[in-house]
Amino acid sequence: MSGRVVELEVLRYHPETDQEPRFQRYSVPCREEWVVLDALNYIKEHLDPTLTYRWSCHMAVCGSCGMMINQEPKLACKAFLRDYQGVIRVEPLRHFPIERDLVTVIDDFMAKLSRVRPYLIPKDIKALEAGEYRQTPAELKRFKQYSMCINCMLCYAACPEYGLIPKYIGPAAIALAHRWNQDSRDAGREERQEALAAKEGAWECSFVGACSEVCPEHVDPAGAIQQVKIRSTVDWYQEHLMPWLKK
Amino acid sequence: MAEEMSGRRPYEREITSEWIFRHPRYLRYMVREFSCLFIGGYALLMVVGLERLAQGPAAWQGFLQALQSPASVAFHAVALAFSLYHSVTWFNLTPKALPVQLGEEFLPDAVIAGAHYAGWFALSAVLFWMAGIF
Amino acid sequence: MAKSNKPIVWGPFAAGGTLTAFLTPALIALTLLAGLGRVPDALSYEHLHAFAAHWLGKAALVVVIGLSLWSAAHRLRITAYDLGVRADAVVAAIVYAGALAGTGAAVLYLLRI
Repeated sequence: MSGRVVELEVLRYHPETDQEPRFQRYSVPCREEWVVLDALNYIKEHLDPTLTYRWSCHMAVCGSCGMMINQEPKLACKAFLRDYQGVIRVEPLRHFPIERDLVTVIDDFMAKLSRVRPYLIPKDIKALEAGEYRQTPAELKRFKQYSMCINCMLCYAACPEYGLIPKYIGPAAIALAHRWNQDSRDAGREERQEALAAKEGAWECSFVGACSEVCPEHVDPAGAIQQVKIRSTVDWYQEHLMPWLKK
Repeated sequence: MAEEMSGRRPYEREITSEWIFRHPRYLRYMVREFSCLFIGGYALLMVVGLERLAQGPAAWQGFLQALQSPASVAFHAVALAFSLYHSVTWFNLTPKALPVQLGEEFLPDAVIAGAHYAGWFALSAVLFWMAGIF
Repeated sequence: MAKSNKPIVWGPFAAGGTLTAFLTPALIALTLLAGLGRVPDALSYEHLHAFAAHWLGKAALVVVIGLSLWSAAHRLRITAYDLGVRADAVVAAIVYAGALAGTGAAVLYLLRI
């Protein structure tokens, strides 16, 4: 039952009183096995009830507690205190406007997710009596990893292009579209291309790869984006050089 | 108006170039991107070389002489390092862009990248042999 | 949101990136050897001129130079934006024009060989 006192430096911002965000230091008695989220919960319960942040499952499946911890996008429930030395700096996820303290405005992200039509668009509507869609293990494996996204937005915080180009649709949205494009039941790739093949779609990516590095679910959005680029390029040359070919 | 009543005033943090130094991966990315200066520079050198080649044996000898200047040797040494970095990063990223599913499983990244490295090695060996190095 | 025409510039970039990944280190190594006084046979006037005189050699040189310049130009354009240069259209025009000019010059010189 050992522990240590951890210094947390947390970015605070209360729009009703603050003109600008500022850092606030807390000394938190922590247990050996704690994560940053535990430290934040201690602060809220015992030191400062005004601290505001999102969290839910505390086990890295809900995607709520994404934050910048020592300048790196991480889930607060997956950032173990034992991996950090000295003062731990906690800030809201980069590239999103700060609503309050560690809570960001995620409207842009939500809008982009819906824009890629993240639902099954089958070739023909199947009547219920026709039975279920059948899929082999291989067909499932083709899209499975891209379905593992927990919408935590760490990839958007890690992506420098999203920081520089706010209109960029971003890694998670493209990976989500790719999940459906790769699904054997789906026939909606052409419809999704409107969002993906646009200027602010996959083309703003310069394959930094930071998104895949920070992703807690190993979705590999960077890989998905490159695959979309290649497919879109083949499409484009086909459309313009051999328009008589049906896709 | 609704915002004034709700008291919301989202704060947008400034974007500067400091992101490059925020983590080693961004610095590595920048090094990879900067390789274009040396690969492009070398290609331009090839163009100049072609001009000298077209001008005749004397001009070409002059070009070969100029290649031996300290500045030229330094450039080529640095360019070689950068071009190697470009190749390594390119081959390592290829499996992500071109996954190959055989049956149920995907080919391991190491296999796809490894095939590229093997091809690269073979091609370079052939080039060296054709150039008369061995 | 209309589909972008980015593939026009990205296609050659990807091709050039792949080509330079396979080829450029060996080429630079050979040139470096020449710079260190050990000129490879292939870089002697007789051999290189013979190579460039043949239409296949010309084609190979144009492809290698053209794709190398183009992929470098495209990457430079992206890098400029990453470093905060906002005038993307201007940068793009400059770098692509440069790549095309370099390739054009190469063609010109090859026609004299």
